[in-house]
Amino acid sequence: EDDEDDVDLDAWERTYTDERSWESLQEDESGMLRPIDNQALYHSQYRRRLRTAARIQKGLIRYLYIVIDLSRAASEMDFRPSRIAVIAKHVETFIREFFYQNPLSQVGIVTIKDGVAHCLTDIGGSPESHINALMKKLECSGDSSLQNALDLVDGYLNQIPSYGHREVLILYSALSTCDPGDIMDTIQKCRKSKIRCSVIGLAAEMFICKHLCQETGGTYSVALDESHFKELILEHAPPPPAIAEFAVANLIKMGFPQRAAEGSISICSCHKEAKVGAGYTCPRCKARACELPTECCVCGLTLVSSPHLARSYHHLFPIAPFDEVTSSLNNPNCKLQRNCFGCQQSLLDPGNKPGPAVVCPKCKRYFCLDCDIYIHESLHNCPGCDSL
Amino acid sequence: MASAPSKLYADDVSLVVVLLDTNPFFWSSSSLSFSQFLSHVLAFLNAILTLNQLNQVVVIATGYNSCDYVFDSSSDLNRSFENGRMPVMCSSLLQKLEEFLITDEQLSKEEPEGKIKPSLFSGSLSMALCYIQRVFRSGALHPHPRILCLQGSLDGPEQYVAIMNAIFSAQRSSVPIDSCYIGSQNSAFLQQASYITGGVHHKPQNLDGLFQYLMTIFATDLHSRSFIHLPKPVGVDFRASCMFFKLA
Repeated sequence: EDDEDDVDLDAWERTYTDERSWESLQEDESGMLRPIDNQALYHSQYRRRLRTAARIQKGLIRYLYIVIDLSRAASEMDFRPSRIAVIAKHVETFIREFFYQNPLSQVGIVTIKDGVAHCLTDIGGSPESHINALMKKLECSGDSSLQNALDLVDGYLNQIPSYGHREVLILYSALSTCDPGDIMDTIQKCRKSKIRCSVIGLAAEMFICKHLCQETGGTYSVALDESHFKELILEHAPPPPAIAEFAVANLIKMGFPQRAAEGSISICSCHKEAKVGAGYTCPRCKARACELPTECCVCGLTLVSSPHLARSYHHLFPIAPFDEVTSSLNNPNCKLQRNCFGCQQSLLDPGNKPGPAVVCPKCKRYFCLDCDIYIHESLHNCPGCDSL
Repeated sequence: MASAPSKLYADDVSLVVVLLDTNPFFWSSSSLSFSQFLSHVLAFLNAILTLNQLNQVVVIATGYNSCDYVFDSSSDLNRSFENGRMPVMCSSLLQKLEEFLITDEQLSKEEPEGKIKPSLFSGSLSMALCYIQRVFRSGALHPHPRILCLQGSLDGPEQYVAIMNAIFSAQRSSVPIDSCYIGSQNSAFLQQASYITGGVHHKPQNLDGLFQYLMTIFATDLHSRSFIHLPKPVGVDFRASCMFFKLA
């Protein structure tokens, strides 16, 4: 019914139809408005996320296919301006975040349109090529077919090396699937191929998606609105828990090329033309590559630089979550640390009473809530433990 | 990697977080004495504060047992300047530095003779990044932060993972890490830090002229770096250290 009301609303009123911020106000016992404590809310959301991230083995070399449903359901406008526009925008953010957190992994994009699945981009490690290809092909029509998409992805993922983790992320807008055969067989086939399928639905919960995710060990979630969709898709960026039998652990040969000197001229193996200056020479066959990480075109050796590997280290050596400090006025230790150890911000609230703080269980230093979030989400080092 | 872009708030106001190496294992064998080094550095810090009255300087001492803040130019105690005499900054910095050095030494545990301890660079780098995040949270108008590392101690291979984490976090927040290596060999970690984050790395040839190197290379604010010729990396040593045995 919102669509009809929108015609009569002014432009400024339309921005409030989705966000009803006045509904989140609360009254206390005497009827006075309680101020919205954004910081505490943010921190409690962050702590909920932290609790679910336990110390489990994770798959770092991932081969992920993103399946985008381009059926006519994706052109629905319940997400503004349309479902497919929202999907495309957030897939771009997701791809960049994915390559930031998993520099050794590769992504491919598959689309479903008119009941047929097409491979939009081959599996590869360059974020720009995927994003550019996606933005050109966003027309929606026809039915969606989950089985055709899974068959296509299964065929591609069977060709990747055994040490990689195989994953599929399906962004499903439709409420039905038109399949040529029995989709249960395809689901069992994916399960045997050890492919972890996850689905994010934009319409409503479907049994077949839930069954697919349960069988293959993935996660199924349905987005409520645009910001929720963004949150759900970005949850797939950090590496998921790895099931040990899925990827055989063996030593993987990798090359660490030297950067060519400025002014040297050689023929680049990816562009097939002569290039001057900055490039990387494969240590095994001496062919030139333009950017890292990549696979050498001549000898097939995976070429990386050590910072790419180092970006994944924090998944292997996570830091312990900090404990909340229960402010008890009789606790003598509270008076010793008046400032956050990381940023030197005062831990006392304006009344000189101890404000909210957290403590590292190992080095016993106190930190403010913002440093807690920064340390666990971005920095991955405890400044207190590193200063001992 | 391209040099760090400048953000569009206050364009040439800088916040410089200086990480000062105070490791006695290094200073006891250095050709430059610690007091001479401090006189170069203090003159340089004063110069930064006079370049623009909104500039801020924070100094974190990197010891071998601990790290701590020794100076913050934006705190209330340090703002008043006394007419004609040495600014309050020098005396409070020196006092806190001395207190830090005494505490740092007291924290020493029994160590076998002859083992050279590295300075706790990853700790002070992490503290600097936390402080910079606090500056980012303070609102839209804030100085452009950068980190300057004055290190002479050798790299501690056991700190590799922590330093790389800090470097990537700095790269994500667009905070350049400049480094001036005053030791005798080379620091792969400092070179990588400056290369990845878009900062400047330099190893001065003649330590008697350290002040001149600091002023000409490291005093430039981020906005002006696009039109000033600064030393470029000749070759970056990307060597990692073994994660299992914690050796180089």
